[in-house]
Amino acid sequence: MVQGMLTVALTFYGISICISVFRIIIGPSLPDRIVALDMIGVMLVSSIAIVSVMLTTTAFLEVILILAILAFISTIAFSKYIERGVILEYRRDD
Amino acid sequence: MNIDGTIEFIAALFMLAGSIMALISAIGIIRLPDVFTRSHAGTKSSTLAVLLTLIGAFIYFASNQGFYSVRLLLGIAFVFLTAPVAGHVITRAAYRANVKMADTTVEDELKDVMDQVREEAEKERSETGEVIIEDEKVSDKEHSR
Repeated sequence: MVQGMLTVALTFYGISICISVFRIIIGPSLPDRIVALDMIGVMLVSSIAIVSVMLTTTAFLEVILILAILAFISTIAFSKYIERGVILEYRRDD
Repeated sequence: MNIDGTIEFIAALFMLAGSIMALISAIGIIRLPDVFTRSHAGTKSSTLAVLLTLIGAFIYFASNQGFYSVRLLLGIAFVFLTAPVAGHVITRAAYRANVKMADTTVEDELKDVMDQVREEAEKERSETGEVIIEDEKVSDKEHSR
């Protein structure tokens, strides 16, 4: 019963990752692709959690943290890359 | 069904609910019209999906092995903090890069403010703004002293 529910959940995550890959392929602009990439990273985190529950091992739990941090940093770096082209110049007060 | 089996069932139910949320957010990311609405789908509901799944995994390991994983709690806190920030930053970059909005967009309130800021910056630069700003900095330093 529990194994069956976990398999169904993992299948749902696989389907949603496939849909996000489709959005990355057809996405009209670069921010579309990055939103989908961020979503794939986040879903990969939770599917790793489900895999580690299915195998009843706690060895994969470090991967969750590291993957979450990598997804966040790559999203920030990509958005800085996009923003660098057409930025307004702001004068900030000291 | 004994008590451990019930708790494992509840944990699996959490994970199933999380995967259903992920499927809903994937439908949103493929169906919504432009990048701003898509980031709405890809940020909020997938954050909820991850939170539900990791809470389910935490409950499962706590009941099955008696292992209260700090790493899972850290992962929950980290995803909960960073996913909205990442969504905001990427939407801001998309707006600054003039990504086209959907045809059904009714109102763009930020456009007026951005035009105003741009005009003020240009005016400041044209009217020998550098000297004025340096004077202001000097007077500020004197105030601070």
